[in-house]
Amino acid sequence: MSSRDAAGRVGARDVARRATGPDARETVRPGDALSTIGRPMRKVDGLAKATGRARYTDDIRLPGMLHGKILRSPHPHARILAIDTSRAEALEGVHAVVTGRDMPTRYGIIPWTPDEYPLCVDRVRYIGDGVAAVAAVDEDTAIAALDLIDVAYEELPAYLDPHEAIAADSGPYIHEPRKPGWNGNVTKVVNLEFGDVEAGLGDSHVVVEGDYFFEGTTHTPIEPHCAIGLAEGNGKLTVWSATQVPHYLHRELARVLEVDPAQVRVIQPPVGGAFGGKSEPFDLEFCVARLSMMTGRPVKILYTREEVFYSHRGRHPFHMRYRTGASRDGMLTSVDADIVMDGGAYASFGLVTTYYAGQLLTAPYRMPAYRFHSTRAYTNKPACGPKRGHGSVQPRFAFEVQLDRIAEKLDIDPIELRRRNFIGANTRTVNDLRITSNGFLECLDEVERASAWKRKHRRLPFGRGVGVAGSTYITGTNYPIYPNDMPQSGIQLQVDRSGRVAVFSGASEIGQGVDSMVAYIVAEELGVPLDHVRVLAGDTDFTPVDLGAYSSRVTFMLGNACIDAARKLKAQVQEAVAAEWGVKPREVLLAGGLAVRAGDTGTSMPVRDAFNLAESAVGTLGATGWYNTPKDVHGDYRGATIGASPAFSFTAHVAEVEVDVETGFVTVDRIWIAHDCGRALNPVLVAGQMEGSAYMGFAEALMEEQIFKSEDQGRVGLHNAPSLLDYRIPTSLDTPALESLIVESIDPEGPYGAKEAGEGPLHPSIPAIANAIYDAVGVRMDSLPFSPPRVWRALRSVGR
Amino acid sequence: MEVVRLRVNGDERVCGVPAHYTLLETLRYGLGLTGSKQGCDKGDCGACTVIMDGRAILSCITPVWEAEGREVRTVEGLAEGTEPHPVQDEFDLNGAAQCGFCTPGILCSSVALLDRNPAPTREEIRAALAGNLCRCTGYAKIYDAVEAAATRLGGEVRGPEPDEPAPEATPVERVGA
Repeated sequence: MSSRDAAGRVGARDVARRATGPDARETVRPGDALSTIGRPMRKVDGLAKATGRARYTDDIRLPGMLHGKILRSPHPHARILAIDTSRAEALEGVHAVVTGRDMPTRYGIIPWTPDEYPLCVDRVRYIGDGVAAVAAVDEDTAIAALDLIDVAYEELPAYLDPHEAIAADSGPYIHEPRKPGWNGNVTKVVNLEFGDVEAGLGDSHVVVEGDYFFEGTTHTPIEPHCAIGLAEGNGKLTVWSATQVPHYLHRELARVLEVDPAQVRVIQPPVGGAFGGKSEPFDLEFCVARLSMMTGRPVKILYTREEVFYSHRGRHPFHMRYRTGASRDGMLTSVDADIVMDGGAYASFGLVTTYYAGQLLTAPYRMPAYRFHSTRAYTNKPACGPKRGHGSVQPRFAFEVQLDRIAEKLDIDPIELRRRNFIGANTRTVNDLRITSNGFLECLDEVERASAWKRKHRRLPFGRGVGVAGSTYITGTNYPIYPNDMPQSGIQLQVDRSGRVAVFSGASEIGQGVDSMVAYIVAEELGVPLDHVRVLAGDTDFTPVDLGAYSSRVTFMLGNACIDAARKLKAQVQEAVAAEWGVKPREVLLAGGLAVRAGDTGTSMPVRDAFNLAESAVGTLGATGWYNTPKDVHGDYRGATIGASPAFSFTAHVAEVEVDVETGFVTVDRIWIAHDCGRALNPVLVAGQMEGSAYMGFAEALMEEQIFKSEDQGRVGLHNAPSLLDYRIPTSLDTPALESLIVESIDPEGPYGAKEAGEGPLHPSIPAIANAIYDAVGVRMDSLPFSPPRVWRALRSVGR
Repeated sequence: MEVVRLRVNGDERVCGVPAHYTLLETLRYGLGLTGSKQGCDKGDCGACTVIMDGRAILSCITPVWEAEGREVRTVEGLAEGTEPHPVQDEFDLNGAAQCGFCTPGILCSSVALLDRNPAPTREEIRAALAGNLCRCTGYAKIYDAVEAAATRLGGEVRGPEPDEPAPEATPVERVGA
C-alpha cells in the first residue's frame, strides 16, 4: 500500500491495490490473489443474448394466450363521469373488459404516498392515463374494442407549469389535499439547513448566483414494458414482467388484487433495458393479472412505444437557483439551493427525489454550511420518477457549473479548485452522511492526465474547449422502501454431485450483469470453473428476496450476500477435506477446480471430490447468505436516513467540445471518464457501465427534450414527440469517443472492495460539457439541452 | 389469413398470417423466431433488423409479402451449427451486449457490413450501425467487437480456447494495474 500525505492523497499509479477504508488491511491482504474477480470475463448470458436465444417477456407465448390493450385518457385533467363497456364486451373475440372500479385500491411505490390506481377510478390526470383495459383473442380485436368503450368526461383546468401548480390557492387540485386547506398540487416540501448559511455567504470572498433549468428526460429502454398474467383455477397467480423490482411488484399485486401473497408468483425474464423506468408497478401488470383472473386464460400486454413515453417516470424537470460562496483561495464556505421540481401526475418515487435533490450534493467537496429548499409539484403530465442518477443529476449540473464560475472569478484552475475542496475519506458530510472509501482525487488526476488538460484548458483556439466536473453517488440506500429489518438481499446456493453449483438469486438482470457477478463470486470462493455455475434468477417462487435493481445497490448488497453464502459452504468443504488429509481447515484452498493443501500443491483433489466428501460428512450441500445495511450512520434530523448509503462512488469527467458559432451546433469529441468503483469485479462490465452512463449524460446534455404541447400548439398537455424518431437519442454517429479510466479505492465494506458503477458516471457528463462550451466560446449554458437553437441564442446574446 | 412462403435461415417455411403482417410479426408470431425484437414498430430503433438478400433491412416496416422469394437471415441464422459467428462471439467477449435487446439487430447490421466489406474502418462501422439504437453501451464496445470479428474473419487472430480468459481487447485503462 502506498503512503498518504496529510490531505489523504496517494499516488495515482498504485490505486489498484490501495485501500482507503478503516479496515483496509483486512480487505486487501498481502499477496491477495484473486483468480476470477478483477479479470475480464464472459457474461453468463452473453452468448444467449448474442444468438437470439435469450427469452424476454414478449418472446413468451402461452397456450390460449389473449392479448390486452389499455384505453388511455385523451384529456390532461378530467373527471370520469361514466364508462360504458357494453359495446366492447359484445364484440366478437373480446373476452373481458376491466375498468378502475374493478381494482379500486390505491398504491404507490413509496408507502407514504399512494396516489394511483391500476386504472383511473374517477379522475384522469394526464393524456395517456389508463382508463380501461380489454383482453381479446388477438391484438387487432383488442385495439378495435378500445374504440367501443364509451367514456364521459368532464374536463378540468390543467396545470402544466409547476410554479402555477404551487401558486394555486383553490381546487380542483390535481390530487385531493391530504389536509383541509393544503395545496393538493404539492407532493412534498423539504427544507433543511446545516450550519449557518447566511453567515457563511456573508463571510465569503466571492458569492456566485445562478439560475438553472434541467429539462426532463426519459429512459427509453429499447424493450417496451411487457407483462403476462396467468391465473390458474387453484388460486395461483403468475405474472411475468419486464420489471426491475419483482419483490415490490409481488407485494403490490397481492395487496391491490386482494390475493394471498403466497399464491402470487412474479417471474422476471431478462429485461431489455430499464434505467429506472421499470422500477415500480405499472398499469399493465395489474391489468394482465386481473384480466386473467376474469377469463382463466393467460393475458399479455405489450406497450406500444408511445405508451412507454406515457408511462415515463423519468427525470424530473428542475428549476434551480444556487448561491455558492468561496474564500479567496477557493475554499467553499456556504451553499444555498432553491429547487422547484415538476413531478407530473403522480408521486412515484417523488418523496425520495425531493430529498435527493439536496441530500446527495454534499460530497465530494467539503462545504461548511448548506441549505436546500426543494418542492415537488404535481402537473398534468406523465409522472416523473427515478432515472439513472435519481434526483442528483440535476443539482450536480448546476453545482458543477457554479464551481466553474468560482474558479474563473478567482483565477484558479477548475481541477485544482476541486482538489482543494476534496472532502477526504472516512469522514462525514455536512448533512452527516458517512463517507468511507473515496478515490475522487485519483479520478481528477486521471482525467487531467489522460485529457492533457493542462495543455488544453483556456489554451485551445476559439470554438474548441475542455470542461471538467466531479460527482458522487450512493451505492444503495441504507433503508428499504418499506420499513423492515430483514436483509436487503439474499442468496441461496446448492451443490450437485457433479460439481455444478446453482445460485438462486432474486436480483434483477437488466443488462448490468448481475447474474454474471454472482457467478464470478461463486467461482472465486469455491474454486469451480465459471461454466460449472448456474444462475437461476428472478422468480419469487424460488429465489430469496432482493429488493431490486435500483439505487445502484445490487453489486454491493447481493455481492456481499453471495460471499456470505459461498464462505459458509466453503467452510463445510474445507472441514471435510481437512479431516480427510489430517490438516487444519484453513490449510485447504479451493481454486482452479481443485482443493489444494496450502504450501503443498502435491496434495490436492478435484473440487468435485471435495464437495462429495463434504456431502458425505454433513448431508446435502447448500447455503444461504444475506446482506443488510448499517443503520447507525446518519444524522438524527428528519430525513437524515434518505441519502445514507453503505458506500459512495466518485467520478470525474473531462469533456472536449467543438462549437460551430454559425449554427450553435455543439460536437462533443471525447469524454474522459474516471470512476472510483471500489474494485472492478469485471473491468469489462465496469467500463461498459461507465461508457453507457457518459453516453446517457451526453444525450441529456445535447439532445433529449420532453416537450408537451401548450394551448397555442394544439392539445394542451399532449406529448409532442412520443417516438424514437422525434424524441432524439444518440445514434452511433452522434455519440462521442468515450474513454474509461477505472479507479479502485477498495471499499472496506464492499464485496472485494466494490462499490457502484452504473449511475455515478452519468452525473459529470452534463456539467463537463457545459463548462467545455464556456471554455470554447465564452457562453454559459444554464438550460438543458444545449441544442443548436439554445446555443445559437446564447452566442448572439453576447454578440458572437 | 393468407398463406406466405418464406426462405428463412436456409429453411423453406409456409405460414398463415393476417394480410397486414410485417416480416417481423411473421418471424416472431408466425414462425416462433423471437430473436428479432420489436422496439418501436415503426422503423425508428433498428431492433428488428434482419438480413434480406444480403442487405440489412428493418423487418418491422417490411410487409411480409416483400420477403417472398428472398433469402432472409435472422440472428438465429448467423451461427454455423453450434459455432457462433465471430461477431456473436466477440460481442460476448467484449461486453458489447448489456441488456441485449438491440443486439440481434446490431448483429445483423454488422454481419451484413462484414459480408460486403471484410475490413471496415471504425467510421464505416459507425455508419453501418447508424440505424440501430443502443441505449446501454454508448456503442464503444460494439465497435470493438465488430473490429475484433473482422480481424478474426480475416484469419489473423486465433479464436480463444474454451478455458482461456477473454483477451483484454477493450479500451479499459486500469489505473495502477
